[in-house]
Amino acid sequence: MLQRIRERISPTDVVMWLIGGGLMFMVVWGSIATLIKGTYTTRHWIDFVIFGLAQGSVYALIATGYTMVYGVLRMINFAHGEVFMSGPYTAYFVAAYFYRNDFLEAQPILCLGVIFLVSMAVSVTIAFFLERIAYRPLRGAPRLIPLITAIGASFFLQYLFRGLYGSSFQAYPDIPMLEGHWVIAGIRILKFQAVVIVAAVMLMFALYSFVMKSRIGKAIRSVSEDKEASALMGIDVDKMISMTFVVGGAAAGAAGVLYAIMFKQVHFFMGFIPGIKAFTAAVLGGIGNIPGAMLGGIFLGLVESVGPSLFLDGLGIVAPYQLKDAIAFTMLVMVLIFRPTGFLGERLAVKKA
Amino acid sequence: MAMLEVEGIHTYYGLIHALKDVSVNVEEGEVVTIIGANGAGKSTMLKTTSGLLKPRKGSIRLNDEELTQLRPHKIVEKGVVQVPEGRRIFGTLTVMENLDMGAFICTNSQKNKKNLNRVLELFPRLKERSKQVAGTLSGGEQQMLAMGRALMTNPKVLLLDEPSMGLAPVLVDDIFATIRQLHDAGTTILLVEQNARLALQVASRGYVLQSGSVVLSDTAENLEKNEMVREAYLGE
Ligand SMILES: Nc1ncnc2c1ncn2[C@@H]1O[C@H](COP(=O)(O)OP(=O)(O)OP(=O)(O)O)[C@@H](O)[C@H]1O
Ligand SMILES: [Mg+2]
Repeated sequence: MLQRIRERISPTDVVMWLIGGGLMFMVVWGSIATLIKGTYTTRHWIDFVIFGLAQGSVYALIATGYTMVYGVLRMINFAHGEVFMSGPYTAYFVAAYFYRNDFLEAQPILCLGVIFLVSMAVSVTIAFFLERIAYRPLRGAPRLIPLITAIGASFFLQYLFRGLYGSSFQAYPDIPMLEGHWVIAGIRILKFQAVVIVAAVMLMFALYSFVMKSRIGKAIRSVSEDKEASALMGIDVDKMISMTFVVGGAAAGAAGVLYAIMFKQVHFFMGFIPGIKAFTAAVLGGIGNIPGAMLGGIFLGLVESVGPSLFLDGLGIVAPYQLKDAIAFTMLVMVLIFRPTGFLGERLAVKKA
Repeated sequence: MAMLEVEGIHTYYGLIHALKDVSVNVEEGEVVTIIGANGAGKSTMLKTTSGLLKPRKGSIRLNDEELTQLRPHKIVEKGVVQVPEGRRIFGTLTVMENLDMGAFICTNSQKNKKNLNRVLELFPRLKERSKQVAGTLSGGEQQMLAMGRALMTNPKVLLLDEPSMGLAPVLVDDIFATIRQLHDAGTTILLVEQNARLALQVASRGYVLQSGSVVLSDTAENLEKNEMVREAYLGE
């Protein structure tokens, strides 16, 4: 009997469960301690949640790009963070021009529309050529090779934009319309955060409807499932792969503007951390699964925003907010260990079996 | 001139010479079968015709138009559509979405509606299941869906790769009845089968493929009487 148990449970499993259990215990204990200590009022928590939703919906939009590309190519496009950076960085110059000429004050909605379009167009272009130039020639190569190429492409794009636009932080102009706050149902909410959340949710809805309902969207899903069978149905597989990068690029370009509205600055390196976070979100949700990526992004944003104060403050850690990235990546590792298919990943696991 | 002419093709998988000088003709309205043992190269032959594999030598023509260098989706546009071995339906898409994908190349909604009605008439079962996720269909229903999907563009030539594979005998009979029905309606069919007995009953002519070469080709009647075929493929 004991023998059997010993055969079925390896020592590494035991260590993993101990680490996982320990972390869970710390989280619960820290949360209780924080709540008893009462440093934060309800107002604080509401602010954390709203900020987390805004940040998370940006991650969610970027994450759809990772997950869709993984769907069709079974590869992680590590240059997707740079696709995300290229749009808002280029659109910055348009925004700055509008600001200098006072258009931003006079016609804020029109200006924002143009900024979004420029950003999305640039990200789409970069994503399209990234696939055409860097990935397509490697179709059919062993999986490690496109992965290395993706990392190379990521650096290439970072330094390309550094060369083009310089290496300093550029401050995105304030948009007067988005200053200040609204009070909705007794909750004070910063205007720009509300706009980011609403815009991101609308974009996600549009993207999801496109993938589920449109002819191209269905073809992208077919290609994700079986390239050969898709080709036999008359679907141009290469074109659908391009379309996937285009759709992911558009989402990333839009997310980039939302990010710039939230943090009010752009930089050639700005895609790196959000890129990895969005990748984490895609894995959390179950890579290859679009609603999963969206959920994962929002979940990650919330945990990052609420987590440090909730889990760590009660443990007597002085600057918990500095540890938000540590929390995010601990979560990634835990998910990879205990639920490699992510929240909604069963479908993928079944499909591969 | 036959409708589909495959002439002297050689196909390789790396160093493996899988098809050696294979020639197959299919006349308009005809059902032609290719029989052969496991690994003989039957699927390779259909994949080469569909453009999934490129022959190193030889040519494939439809009504005298060269298909050899075209990419698979272009070959579908020309009117040669394959139902691949193992059905390969899109399991996460609904039945209706699968049928939509069969009609991907055609954006004329009037034509699509007509073809859809024809397919649903042929396979009423698919109509009942139209909203169901295709992965949850039974094996027989999946085969119907695979065939229905391929018929959504009303192809000039239908390539069928082992449509009876893995099906219960009753369902095999159903599938062959459908093939007969399609033949009666004038569809040109190239049928690959392990079940040589049934295949030779629906086909007018047949080819025997052995280790990548055509070793015999004759009318179905003569093949059924042939000593070698009886021994090797009809189990007599
Ligand atoms: N992807 C591949 N790579 C290398 N060799 C292959 C590949 N696919 C098939 N072959 C080889 O090519 C030969 C022909 O295979 P093919 O699949 O065409 O046979 P088949 O007649 O369809 O057999 P079955 O009745 O089992 O479907 C076999 O020897 C097979 O091992
Ligand atoms: Mg085969």
